[in-house]
Amino acid sequence: MSGIPLNYFVFLSAILFTIGVVGVLTRRNAIIVFMCIELMLNSVNLSLVAFSAFHGNTRGQILVFFVMAVAAAEAAVGLAIIIALFRNKQTVNIDEINIMKW
Amino acid sequence: MNLYDIVFYFFAFVTLASAGVVVFSRNIIYSAFALLFTFFGVAGIYVLLNADFIAVSQILIYVGGILVLMLFGVMLTNKVIDVEMKTGTLQTLPASVLVALIAGALCGIFYVTDWKIVRGVSAPATTTNSLGEMFMTTYSLPFEVASIVLLVALLGAAMIARKDRLPQIKNQK
Repeated sequence: MSGIPLNYFVFLSAILFTIGVVGVLTRRNAIIVFMCIELMLNSVNLSLVAFSAFHGNTRGQILVFFVMAVAAAEAAVGLAIIIALFRNKQTVNIDEINIMKW
Repeated sequence: MNLYDIVFYFFAFVTLASAGVVVFSRNIIYSAFALLFTFFGVAGIYVLLNADFIAVSQILIYVGGILVLMLFGVMLTNKVIDVEMKTGTLQTLPASVLVALIAGALCGIFYVTDWKIVRGVSAPATTTNSLGEMFMTTYSLPFEVASIVLLVALLGAAMIARKDRLPQIKNQK
């Protein structure tokens, strides 16, 4: 491999995940929250690929592929839900979407 | 510091900086386009880790598919582009406490854990061969299930997103 140790890749993934968590917790636009979920999925993929590369087998990359497939499905369904919400309530601000709030 | 290190730091910087733009940008269009650079940065790191097939799938699926979907979502749900100015100030303090906890826990665990590293394994020139073999043999059932999941998600998304057209019921009323 190279001079970069495994820790650096894993820390990069941890920081990327944390940035995603910040976005999910603080932003109010549903689509931004959605993008941040994609960021978190990407960071997990990154750590999986790093472990796979440093462990010397490609099994981890199989899991990454399945994560990508599920992320694609999630993106399609989630955006459909957001568009349906927007059609009904004319907003994607998640503070105003409180119809199921008790 | 050789070329590999420089390329790693470059991609790491691109990834983290554009991820920051995604989260903190006021304009949602800027966020969507910054996400493009994040995906490309992660793809570059995949290439550095000898995962060529995953890197290409990352570009095809995320940049070509998910990001375009996101842009459609942005454009279909924004009446005026820059109405959304409000970043939640209400929950900033609990959010930052929680985020600090998560980051500290993650980095602490990653730092303390003694990862098992197999040394001296020469990386194969391409992973596509072995990945394809595993998809068709050991992991063929999850592979098929993934295709069904994608099909069902496609149908469900189309069902949810389309307009409800019920003309005959309206005529009865």
